[in-house]
Amino acid sequence: MISLLTYTLKNLPNTSKWALRFCMRPLSSSSQLQAAAASQTKSKKTLAKPNIRNIVVVDGVRTPFLLSGTSYKDLMPHDLARAALSGLLHRTSVPKDVVDYIIFGTVIQEVKTSNVAREAALGAGFSDKTPAHTVTMACISSNQAMTTAVGLIASGQCDVVVAGGVELMSDIPIRHSRKMRKMMLDLNKAKTLAQRLSIISKFRLNFLSPELPAVSEFSTSETMGHSADRLAAAFAISREEQDEYALRSHSLAKKAQDEGLLSDVVPFKVPGRDTVTQDNGIRPSSLDQMAKLKPAFIKPYGTVTAANSSFLTDGASAVLIMAEEKALAMGYKPKAYLRDFMYVSQDPKDQLLLGPTYATPKVLEKAGLTMNDIDVFEFHEAFSGQILANLKAMDSDWFAQNYMGRKAKVGLPPLEKFNNWGGSLSLGHPFGATGCRLVMAAANRLRKEGGQYGLVAACAAGGQGHAMIVEAYPK
Amino acid sequence: MVASRAIGSLSRFTASRTLRCSGYICRSFTRSSALLTRTHINYGVRGDVAVIRINSPNSKVNTLSQELHSEFMEVMNEVWSSSQIRSAVLISTKPGCFIAGADLNMLNSCTTSQEVTQISQEAQKMFEKLEKSTKPVVAAINGSCLGGGLEVGIPAAFDMMLTGRGIRADRAKKMGLVDQLVEPLGPGVKPPEERTIEYLEEVAITFAKGLADKKITPKRDKGLVETFYLTELTSYALSIPFVRQQIYKKVEEKVRKQTKGLYPAPLKIIDVVKTGIEQGSNAGYLSESQTFGELAMTKESKALMGLYRGQTQCKKNKFGAPQKEVKQLAVLGAGLMGAGIAQVSVDKGLQTILKDTTLPALGRGQQQVFKGLNDKVKKKTLTSFERDAMFSNLIGQLDYRGFEKADMVIEAVFEDLNLKHRVLKEAEAVIPDHCVFASNTSALPIGEIATVSKRPEKVIGMHYFSPVDKMQLLEIITTEKTSKDTTASAVDVGLRQGKVIIVVKDGPGFYTTRCLTPMMSEVIRILQEGVGPKKLDSLTTSFGFPVGAATLVDEVGVDVAKHVAENLGKEFGERFAGGSLEMLQQMISKGFLGRKSGKGFYIYQEGVKNKNLNSDMDSILASLKMPSQPDVSSDEDIQYRLVTRFVNEAILCLQEGVLATPTEGDIGAVFGLGFPPCLGGPFHFVDLYGAQKIVDRLRKYEAAYGKQFTPCQLLVDHANNPNKKFYQ
Repeated sequence: MISLLTYTLKNLPNTSKWALRFCMRPLSSSSQLQAAAASQTKSKKTLAKPNIRNIVVVDGVRTPFLLSGTSYKDLMPHDLARAALSGLLHRTSVPKDVVDYIIFGTVIQEVKTSNVAREAALGAGFSDKTPAHTVTMACISSNQAMTTAVGLIASGQCDVVVAGGVELMSDIPIRHSRKMRKMMLDLNKAKTLAQRLSIISKFRLNFLSPELPAVSEFSTSETMGHSADRLAAAFAISREEQDEYALRSHSLAKKAQDEGLLSDVVPFKVPGRDTVTQDNGIRPSSLDQMAKLKPAFIKPYGTVTAANSSFLTDGASAVLIMAEEKALAMGYKPKAYLRDFMYVSQDPKDQLLLGPTYATPKVLEKAGLTMNDIDVFEFHEAFSGQILANLKAMDSDWFAQNYMGRKAKVGLPPLEKFNNWGGSLSLGHPFGATGCRLVMAAANRLRKEGGQYGLVAACAAGGQGHAMIVEAYPK
Repeated sequence: MVASRAIGSLSRFTASRTLRCSGYICRSFTRSSALLTRTHINYGVRGDVAVIRINSPNSKVNTLSQELHSEFMEVMNEVWSSSQIRSAVLISTKPGCFIAGADLNMLNSCTTSQEVTQISQEAQKMFEKLEKSTKPVVAAINGSCLGGGLEVGIPAAFDMMLTGRGIRADRAKKMGLVDQLVEPLGPGVKPPEERTIEYLEEVAITFAKGLADKKITPKRDKGLVETFYLTELTSYALSIPFVRQQIYKKVEEKVRKQTKGLYPAPLKIIDVVKTGIEQGSNAGYLSESQTFGELAMTKESKALMGLYRGQTQCKKNKFGAPQKEVKQLAVLGAGLMGAGIAQVSVDKGLQTILKDTTLPALGRGQQQVFKGLNDKVKKKTLTSFERDAMFSNLIGQLDYRGFEKADMVIEAVFEDLNLKHRVLKEAEAVIPDHCVFASNTSALPIGEIATVSKRPEKVIGMHYFSPVDKMQLLEIITTEKTSKDTTASAVDVGLRQGKVIIVVKDGPGFYTTRCLTPMMSEVIRILQEGVGPKKLDSLTTSFGFPVGAATLVDEVGVDVAKHVAENLGKEFGERFAGGSLEMLQQMISKGFLGRKSGKGFYIYQEGVKNKNLNSDMDSILASLKMPSQPDVSSDEDIQYRLVTRFVNEAILCLQEGVLATPTEGDIGAVFGLGFPPCLGGPFHFVDLYGAQKIVDRLRKYEAAYGKQFTPCQLLVDHANNPNKKFYQ
């Protein structure tokens, strides 16, 4: 799953900012026309369903997303998660005892805090009577946390749930080798000195070689970056296109940051360090600079580089989800409804990162909407090549007919509505925390840009994918 | 296994294929007007890179035929003379095949070694020109690149890339045969195979440009052998003549040991390489082409090429597609055979129920399947994940649950007619109407098994060979009542299990067991006449059998051998006589059942490689000793007494209609019984060595031993008419 990129954008000198104003070629000339027609009429006035509780996001926050190995490097995951929870409490002023349940998503688990949701909640001062659990579903872990919350509320089990996600890539669990572990466990059980000595005599130097968390997909042994490179090649996406898209992401993120649009970010006073106030991975560069980088995975002719991939990130996010009537009773003005959602999965080898392509038409169909109804797209950007491959696949009748069993393509999302405030490529991608960021970005953009429906979509390791419709809460 | 190794050693011939598919429409990607005039090759220019695309029309594979040669030379000359072109890319537009080697049909149509030599020389010229090309040529290989095809690839001026298929491409890169790998792509906006070739071409063009611009330098700059296989240290050692001589000697010894001198090609290849290194490349080339010509005309070459063709034929379902494809298989009995059948089914994605009667027996079978798959993980031909996914296709159980959904049941219970009747009745009580019931037996007539069946048209024999995952042959036995669709279904399953299939008529011993039994009878007689097991083994292996005759009895199992010999002896009477079954009886009573009991003619111990003679056999052998007849007991006579009885019985099977074609007879004998591959099977053997000579031998032995050696009518007909051949 995790493309442990050893390079980061740090390699790229930060050159002139506005000289290289974003210059993305329109992928489709018809997209503008579609966009014009879109905002006029909707297929449906609302996605509210009779006899089903409306579920709202009251608000959501995240810690600044930082490059791994920077200011968060001495923390533990639950510290970051706690910061997100505290930030959420502060932002929403929700009384702690109202929260019925807490769910967090995470991917690389710290073994000491395997139920990181519980440890963070206790540390953030939540009642010890509030249960918490942790979910994992690779890059869509916090999406899973949110939809689990939706399920709990829709079924009437809870009224108020906090969902979030956390990832700390600055520190990962590196284990002793299996042989060493076995020896140590045997040693533990040995009763006599003779037994101990006989166990120790079996020690070999290679027992000491450590075991790293899997970098590659377990089922195929292929790293995600490698798979992304093959995916880009399969869809004939050039290095230039990928670099251009990455530059777009960084430029848009920079603009959003400068204009103060990333309002979900809450400052975090890191113990022993300065207060962190903003994401530090946003670095618009130039196409020339990016072109100099060597391929990171398929050498020497691949197209995926450090500059057009998401980087290793530390960060946490949290959202407050409530039943609508509960939120209104408590006097909240919610930001958005969480509507239909969909999980999909497909071949983990050749279609590892095509989740959004599979999930998008399904969730639109389920909601009774079309591409034209969507005002805001927030797609997770694992790699430029992955995003562009998904866009091409969504625009291909051939792919829809031959691999998805559909009659026709779902269509291309208009790029001017797509990840307008940057994406995982530039803001960063703490695996377990990205889902909440996507939902909050969609909700905040709907408020800011105007519009009713947002579509969130993401791919994940294991060849899985997710999409959800976010509906703006009427003003 | 032995057969495949032997075939592999004649790499150039056997690597090519003769599959023909008339419906194939040649796709053209070209932008060149030359398309109209050339049929195998077209080329276009991208910038300053010539892209040469090979695509033989009407064929699934590209083979080095004469037309391809000449068109290729034509195109290359254009490339070399054009000032606009600075480098070239060589690619096949057929998914999964670059050049599969020399065209077998082309070689087959040659009648003299001179013709073959000439073809070989033309090819050499082409390779040499490529090697000396002033413009970089990149060979982009997708799929099989064998024999001569590999030579198109390896001249030193070449820079190669492969699209990887598992470890093979990996290994090619490690050996230095290729410079760069391109992984196969998944689906995009067009079929993966098509896009993969495009991508390979794109990458190859980038490389060709880079080479022409000197931005990329090929790492190889030394001579052929050195850079491909050897490190610097060894290449220094090789520059010392003495060291070289030692190496030649070692290699030769090893090859001699492996081939027992029965396959001429590997030794000749060493000679040619030696000539090339010691006397310079020109002498080497000359020697190569001459030797190639000579070898193409040898009997061994004809026999092996024949086997290759036969194997291809036996990989097709001539009974057509079955009405209902088998999706759910059930195997009764989790013994060695049952578990083996399950293994070759689950690893092809076939859902399989493995049923036995006791938990320990079932567990042993499941473990056998797991071990078989796990060994592939250790060899890195499977990932542990693939192993798990395959193993999940296997359901082990003790009852008949789920049999109502089975499309085919293969029983592999003990060779006992009453037991077979019982499981057939039990199974028929639960299986659906369309379900095929197949019996895995080596000798029990299928017709007799089917007597208790309510639906004999659905009963068929599927005779697998042990070990099932290694032995390629499957003998399918049809009774008069077996329906055509049942046969089609059995062949279809067998092909999916990766088997080479012969379909024979029901009868005692079918084809394979029936041929083997008279030979086994002769084995016992020879032992009784005082030839020791070791001597007998060495006589048979030096004739080309992969396993010695005495060892074979141990492998098959002495009890099984006796059981079969008794049954068939009753059926066929005097013709199957020879040695005394008393020997097997005494061995059984002492518990010498062969490998499975740890003792037979030899002693078998876990982990001990060199097996020792079982000295307790001496008394048995002594008590049954018969006088030998000196005029038919020379080493050669002993070999021929064994082989002629085998061959005579095989031909009788064809005469009686048990066999439908000589091809199936040859394939069955070589792939199932280890008949010497260099002889090409009993029918090729008769064709190539002359029926008359074989009849003469049989008559000589007939005079000494009687009816057991009487040649059958069909063989006599062939001897009387030298124009009559099994293969025209």
